[in-house]
Amino acid sequence: MAAKKFTPQPPPKKKARGPLSDFDKITMKEITACATHVLAAIRAQGKPELKFPDRSLKNARYDKKDGYFVMGRSRVERTLSVNTVKSFAQTLKMMALSQQLVDEDDFATKREAYYVSKNWDEAKFEEQPESDAAMDDIEALFSLEGVMREHLRFKADEHGGKVAGQLVVLDRDRESGRPLRIDCTGFGSGAYSIPSSVEHLGFETKAKFILVIETIGMFERLSQHNYWKTANCILIGTAGVPTRATRRFVRKLSDAHKLPVFAFNDCDPYAFSNIYRTLKVGSGNAVHLNQFFCVPNARFLGVSPQDIEDYDLPTHALKDVDIKRAQDMLKNDPFFQAHKEWQKAIEMMLKTGQRAEQQALAKHGLNFVIDEYLPKKLKEAQKFLP
Amino acid sequence: MSTSTGQQDLFATETDTMTDAKATKGAREKTAREPAARGAETAESMAKRQREISVSEFFTKNRHLLGFDSPRKALLTAVKEAVDNSLDACEEARIAPDIVVTIARIGQSEKQFTMTVEDNGPGIVKAQVPNVFGRLLYGSKFHRLRQSRGQQGIGISAAGMYGQLTTGAPVRVRTKPGKKSVPLAFEIKIDTARNRPEFKDTAIEWDKDHGTEVAIDMEGEYRRGQKSIEEFLKLMAVANPHVKLTFKDPDGNVIEYHRGTKELPKEVEEIKPHPHGVELGILLKMMAESENRTVSAFLQQDFSRVGPMVAKEICAKAGIKPETNPRRLDAAAVQKLKAAIDATKIMAPPLSCIAPIGEELILAGLKKEVEADFYVATSRRPVVYRGHPFAIEVGIAYGKPGDTLHMTDAGKIVEVATKKAENQEVLMGNADEPIRLIRFANRVPLVFQQSACAITKAVIATNWKNYGLQQPRGSLPIGPMVVFVHIASVWVPFTSESKEAIASYDEILEELRLGLMEAGRKLGKHVRKGKKLANEFKKRNYIETYIPHLVVALKDILKLDEKEAAKARESLTVVLEKSRKL
Repeated sequence: MAAKKFTPQPPPKKKARGPLSDFDKITMKEITACATHVLAAIRAQGKPELKFPDRSLKNARYDKKDGYFVMGRSRVERTLSVNTVKSFAQTLKMMALSQQLVDEDDFATKREAYYVSKNWDEAKFEEQPESDAAMDDIEALFSLEGVMREHLRFKADEHGGKVAGQLVVLDRDRESGRPLRIDCTGFGSGAYSIPSSVEHLGFETKAKFILVIETIGMFERLSQHNYWKTANCILIGTAGVPTRATRRFVRKLSDAHKLPVFAFNDCDPYAFSNIYRTLKVGSGNAVHLNQFFCVPNARFLGVSPQDIEDYDLPTHALKDVDIKRAQDMLKNDPFFQAHKEWQKAIEMMLKTGQRAEQQALAKHGLNFVIDEYLPKKLKEAQKFLP
Repeated sequence: MSTSTGQQDLFATETDTMTDAKATKGAREKTAREPAARGAETAESMAKRQREISVSEFFTKNRHLLGFDSPRKALLTAVKEAVDNSLDACEEARIAPDIVVTIARIGQSEKQFTMTVEDNGPGIVKAQVPNVFGRLLYGSKFHRLRQSRGQQGIGISAAGMYGQLTTGAPVRVRTKPGKKSVPLAFEIKIDTARNRPEFKDTAIEWDKDHGTEVAIDMEGEYRRGQKSIEEFLKLMAVANPHVKLTFKDPDGNVIEYHRGTKELPKEVEEIKPHPHGVELGILLKMMAESENRTVSAFLQQDFSRVGPMVAKEICAKAGIKPETNPRRLDAAAVQKLKAAIDATKIMAPPLSCIAPIGEELILAGLKKEVEADFYVATSRRPVVYRGHPFAIEVGIAYGKPGDTLHMTDAGKIVEVATKKAENQEVLMGNADEPIRLIRFANRVPLVFQQSACAITKAVIATNWKNYGLQQPRGSLPIGPMVVFVHIASVWVPFTSESKEAIASYDEILEELRLGLMEAGRKLGKHVRKGKKLANEFKKRNYIETYIPHLVVALKDILKLDEKEAAKARESLTVVLEKSRKL
């Protein structure tokens, strides 16, 4: 017997949705306006064009006063032509999908949206980075009106960071909408996971600072030994580059309770630029929304190049990519260019040609980090790198 | 099986032939040498065996020199010789040729065929028929310098002899020299020992104004495809657009090659040999046969471009008195004369004896027989090699319809639909195959020995990459292309008597190079344009792929109706295609 091929059934009738929120109205208005603009140009037998903000570090301006990367005036003009017709079609298809999601009060993760495109025949995306880029383009286009990806009903697939410490997160029950109180001390050997959307969350805490930790290994060590209790802080593990939700979570939490934010990272160029700098001032790619998704008051606790010397840490030699990245940071990154302290630190690293991991502190004993390193560093918080 | 004995003899393997030859030789020697003691040969004993070799005997042993080395080639060579003769005769009589070639099986045999070629030429007078068809090296063309297809008068009689040797049947000829003449039928046998025809003729009825028909029974092999009779006739039609050809194959198919022009080739003048083109042996012969009584008169009368001054100069250089009787000169003096000729500057021979096909008619011939979307032709001015005028002509047919794109006046790019070829034989190769090179000498296709030919060498030596084609090192270029090369000359230097390849004289190679480059440059422009067009077509296809998606998205977002969407699609197509510059 031949296996029956799956044939999709027509979708059930749409549930009537509640009234559009204010943000939904703006989103719908923007999508329609954009499509109307394109159609008008076509009808006039002209070439439609879309102006996207230039999403790159080149178009990022850094001002210490603002505390984050601000988008410059540079725009990428995309005129409909042979070379752009495919991405033009895809961008518009993506907008149509977004419109449909708002209309049905639904959402799609970035990966789901990528799979939805597989229905678009020749216009489908081959790889997810292509669909992500189209999404980012639309978001950037509408960001001038304050529309964000979440408003377009696209969600990140990426995990949120982990949270442990004296913090109560105020959320709502998904079904009943009743308020929920989530006590982050009560996860035992686990941890609270930051959701992909954090705008609606509230916080209660008496902690004194937030410690944002790069590696999950270090996060576990600190949380298992209840370091948060000892130091009266909130621990957040990012496992690499902090996601948008994590950045927003830290920002909201820090703003709500005036908490200082300290970053605890590896000592290498990637940790400085891609992880710490993104946390503090945002990235070039997300330059249109750094305003919300960064933590300008974050400071770099360690591990700094100076720490390698001070604590006599075991090191690895910098790889070629590390050296190239470090040089590029000095030359092109407005953030590092604005901070002499960072330039000195990077130059020192380049001079020694060495990098070190957070875990290198274990050379002096597994709990050296808890008993000696962090307390000593925290006493001199003014010395942290900006 | 009685006829097959002859066949076996003729196509016996090399060893067999040798054994045969030895056997006869042995038998002859036996009778001749019986009284003599065994041992060393003496001049006398050798002299007894030295005798004239008959032309026919020579032919039997050297048939490959004349193009009869395999049954398949023999059939084609016979057709070629008969058609050559017909065309030469028609053109000399200024008659637009209408030629019918028929190949028919003898019985059910796949090995024996009757080849018949009928023309509407001037016919042949009764007294000459046996000599033309039954005697080797008899003809009108060997003794004069005039551009014609045949040169030596060896071809058709060789075909007849080949037929006689393989089937035993005589050559059958019908001819009618004029409206009022009585048509005659001949049966001609060649006395192979004496090179003399034996024949009988009868008066017949023939419903024809004038013309000749020759039929030869011969062993052969009939095949289609490359190097076939069909292909040969098609090539003939390319280079001779003024000829109407009809071919009836053994299976009863009839293929017609229509006339592409009514214009006959220009009438050519006969010229006397140019002194620089004459070799010592021929010089001796000419002197012996000359009617002139002084060297000076001989030089002036029997050669072209020699006036009193030049004759005087030559004689002075050779140290010969101009009044000397040419027949009195000894070999040493003739050699001096030859050296003096070579050392003297003599005006180039008159070029009026050359009748090139001409660019217009090359194009007409190619367009008629080769389907392509681009044609170009170049006809070079005649020049001279070794005292012989010659001219090189090059034609190119490029691109297969169906593979090619065309831009309409409205700016739309469309694929040109393929037309069905009328003739089965297709000369053009595919885009990923080597080009097809078709070679002609005095309007006759050269089918065999392509790689030995100067034309092939010149085509390979040309850098076709300059003209947008691929070309592997040391090979013909790759592409959907037919290259036509024609050499017209009063004396085409073939590498052998079977007239299959042109000898590589420097002057000829240089003219070929220039001709090919000239045509190539014109081709290059077209190829580059085609590539641009193909690229553009790809882009437009690309545009047309995504326009519908773009419109559907707009339709979804703005809730357009079908009519509005269709309008948007149309307008978008116009916008994108118009924006493309070409």
